[in-house]
Amino acid sequence: MSTTTSPPTPTESVEPPNGTKSLVRGTLPRWASWGALGAAAVLAGLIVRLLGFGVTPFVLSTAVLYAIGISGWSRWVEGGRKATDRAFTALVASAFLLALTPLVSVVVTVISRGLDRFDGQFFTYSMRGVVGDGGGAYHAIMGTLITSGLATLMSVPIGLATAIYLVEYGHGRLSRAITFFVDVMTGIPSIVAGLFAYALFALVFGPGTVNGFAGAVALSVLMIPIVVRSSEEMLKIVPDDLREAAFALGTPKWKVIVRVVLPTAVAGISTGVTLAIARVVGETAPLLIATGATGSTNFNPFSGQMATLSVFSYYEYASPGVPVDPSLDRAWTAALTLMLIVMVLNLVARSISLLFAPKAGR
Amino acid sequence: MAKRIDVKDLDIYYGSFRAVRSVSMTIQPRAVTALIGPSGCGKSTYLRALNRMHELIPSARVEGKVVMDDQDLYAPGMDPVDVRKHVGMVFQRPNPFPTMSIYDNVAAGLRLNNKRLRKSETDEVVEESLRGANLWEEVKDRLRKPGSGLSGGQQQRLCIARAIAVRPDVLLMDEPCSALDPISTHAVEDLMAQLKENYTIVIVTHNMQQAARVSNYTGFFNIAGTGQPGELVEIDETPTIFSTPTHTATEEYISGRFG
Amino acid sequence: MSNTGQGAATARRVRKRPADQAFRGITTGAGVLILVVLAGVAAFLLIEAWPSFVAPAEEIPGEGGLVLYIWPLVFGTLLASVLALVIAAPLAVLIALFITHYAPRKLAQFLGYVVDLLAAVPSIIYGLWGFTVLAPATRGPAEWLHEYLGFVPLFAGPPSTTGRTMFTTALVLAVMILPIVTAVIREAFLQTPKLHEEASLALGATRLEMIRMAVLPFGSSSIISGSMLGLGRALGETMAVAIVLSASGGVTFNLISSGNPATIAANIALEFPESSGVAIDTLIASGLVLFAITLVVNMIARAVINRRTDFSGAS
Repeated sequence: MSTTTSPPTPTESVEPPNGTKSLVRGTLPRWASWGALGAAAVLAGLIVRLLGFGVTPFVLSTAVLYAIGISGWSRWVEGGRKATDRAFTALVASAFLLALTPLVSVVVTVISRGLDRFDGQFFTYSMRGVVGDGGGAYHAIMGTLITSGLATLMSVPIGLATAIYLVEYGHGRLSRAITFFVDVMTGIPSIVAGLFAYALFALVFGPGTVNGFAGAVALSVLMIPIVVRSSEEMLKIVPDDLREAAFALGTPKWKVIVRVVLPTAVAGISTGVTLAIARVVGETAPLLIATGATGSTNFNPFSGQMATLSVFSYYEYASPGVPVDPSLDRAWTAALTLMLIVMVLNLVARSISLLFAPKAGR
Repeated sequence: MAKRIDVKDLDIYYGSFRAVRSVSMTIQPRAVTALIGPSGCGKSTYLRALNRMHELIPSARVEGKVVMDDQDLYAPGMDPVDVRKHVGMVFQRPNPFPTMSIYDNVAAGLRLNNKRLRKSETDEVVEESLRGANLWEEVKDRLRKPGSGLSGGQQQRLCIARAIAVRPDVLLMDEPCSALDPISTHAVEDLMAQLKENYTIVIVTHNMQQAARVSNYTGFFNIAGTGQPGELVEIDETPTIFSTPTHTATEEYISGRFG
Repeated sequence: MSNTGQGAATARRVRKRPADQAFRGITTGAGVLILVVLAGVAAFLLIEAWPSFVAPAEEIPGEGGLVLYIWPLVFGTLLASVLALVIAAPLAVLIALFITHYAPRKLAQFLGYVVDLLAAVPSIIYGLWGFTVLAPATRGPAEWLHEYLGFVPLFAGPPSTTGRTMFTTALVLAVMILPIVTAVIREAFLQTPKLHEEASLALGATRLEMIRMAVLPFGSSSIISGSMLGLGRALGETMAVAIVLSASGGVTFNLISSGNPATIAANIALEFPESSGVAIDTLIASGLVLFAITLVVNMIARAVINRRTDFSGAS
């Protein structure tokens, strides 16, 4: 809340000597922002009281009243430019709060709804033969681990090797083409990646081939460009000094790359890979199409449909059983689990980059 | 170890642009040869051509001969990687490998060159190289600490130790003291005086006092104008160059009238 | 180098090292593989979609032919995404300004991290939230809009009783793309040269004037590229739309009624598991169209970014 009034402006000497007058001009007292906010809140409270609205109109009208109040007061005391500045500050701060509201609401909702079924059974049981209450997402968690794991196994070598090519070898038309198409790939909608995997497997293994591996292929299409981009950035910031130092020792190029460049960039690359995993682990659409869904545990990615957390959550919501509530609870708990996985991956990525950041700076 | 290098009619090009024209000189073994000249005159480019480092820039190429030990370093089939094992290099900015400890930095050249060395052998080479670089006493208690924790001057001497650990014949130094404070510069200059007992040293420097202090021979590079190639004006024993140079351009540069 | 003595420069007479060649080959191969995969995406989609191009109109779902099937979906996709962008882009600029130039440094760092984290929240979660929380919450405002602004076609109504409208969908999409757009703009604002900022402050500018003089001109292309990136995300967003939007097909600008056009991505997700034969081919054809649209949007974004790097000389 305090952010609304963030400018504790040292309003002393920024004003230019406007022509003739003295340098000293009127300034609002230090408590001006807080005071105006309080007054705006009280006034807004009164208005909302009279009209009988809820919390949102109260907050909105407080913001509007504050902006009008503080800029008017400032215009009277400090002049037009300062007033506009204060009004804009109020606008920026309220925009921030306005944007924060839904985002906080998302997190709170997922946690509060998801905790109902966040229990041992959820993590140890599959949905095999479950009607109504009980059951769990063990099969889906395993499926998510398998598909994401396979996707990582495919994406990291390809992505990293491409990044090495782009940074260490590529100069000509080929490298420009690859750079361009990696950018294009970054923009592929996830559902299109799913369709691609479906089409590929339909052509190679016959129509309707839907399994965990197809899902992993779809995820790879989404993951490879992210890995290429982040690894490329990391390889680029390895100083040329180091490459030269190694070359000057009489080292062949591939060894310079493997023994000097990659170790120097390894923290950044792992951070990038972890974030890439976080990006695809929550994907739903491609898996819905390429991997399908099932209530039983399937450890074999090469045969039969496989449940994954995100698709599990979707189907529990989209085609609930009777009664509806146990299904919806499972959907929310699956969503919560997914969000926790993503958060943990992000935290891991962040710790990697903090822990292995080059020690003493230059 | 120390080798003599004969350079004959060396031209260096970047694409179609000729950066250095027709340099011929003999670099004496067991001596320090300093290359001086105004900025952009091609002396660093020339230095890097001596161990083929300039080839890291894709469009760079060379005409002429660099003969060391009866072998032309630019002969067809000559492997630049091997050339660099024999002609080591120290750079302007100290550049220890940040992921490696002091010890690993010195051993890096050995290990990168695929030597299956026993630990005792490596220990020996590391100590010898660090002693050779006058650094041993300062770092012997923290060999396992990262090299980036050292001071600038220590880092530069670490880089010298790393370069001499692979036992090169020639040591190229590209303005090795320009990023260092006076005290560290002094330490590195002392080191050069010792190293020339065993190595052929070529150093590029902007600092004429330094050239006068450390070198036995001095070569002066100049450039006729922007867009023109740099060329070697003259090379002679250092006292001669600094007292009675043959060319007026050399005299003007040394006395500070331009450059 | 133990053979330090004579014959030092006995370089091996090999031009290229096999290991070097192999390594170079492998990395180049990986790069080429990416090109192949991308060509594969286009090719396989084309092959699988082909039957729907040649099928008689009656066999396409809806029995009106391919164009008639896909056109309303394209309309719905564009409507939802553009609306989301119109809502999100100005907010993103303001939030980026708040984080970079108004919030205290420590708080700003933390907020930057939170924004990155929110960009990673899976879309299914936004979908469930939109369905459960936001849709019911929009009913009141929708009725208000209908009552007072009903003469505007957008709010012609009658207001949906579930709240699962185009209006809600656009809001959810806006919330979803807000973090990524903000992140792009924030990065650019952070890189505003301190010199320019101080120059304008030294002229006696207020904070707003400094922002207008130094920050916005420097970050303007990032605002465009960030918006395009967000638009691309919104266009391809599947699950959130599939869950939130109650689509009935048709083409209408009416945002708050219960009759809403579907979007391509959501339509695929909803129909695909139940489809077979030409219906699947048709869905793949619609996927191709989506691919083409996002391609164009991303290429525009890329072009803007590249122009900026040309100008500033650095990345």
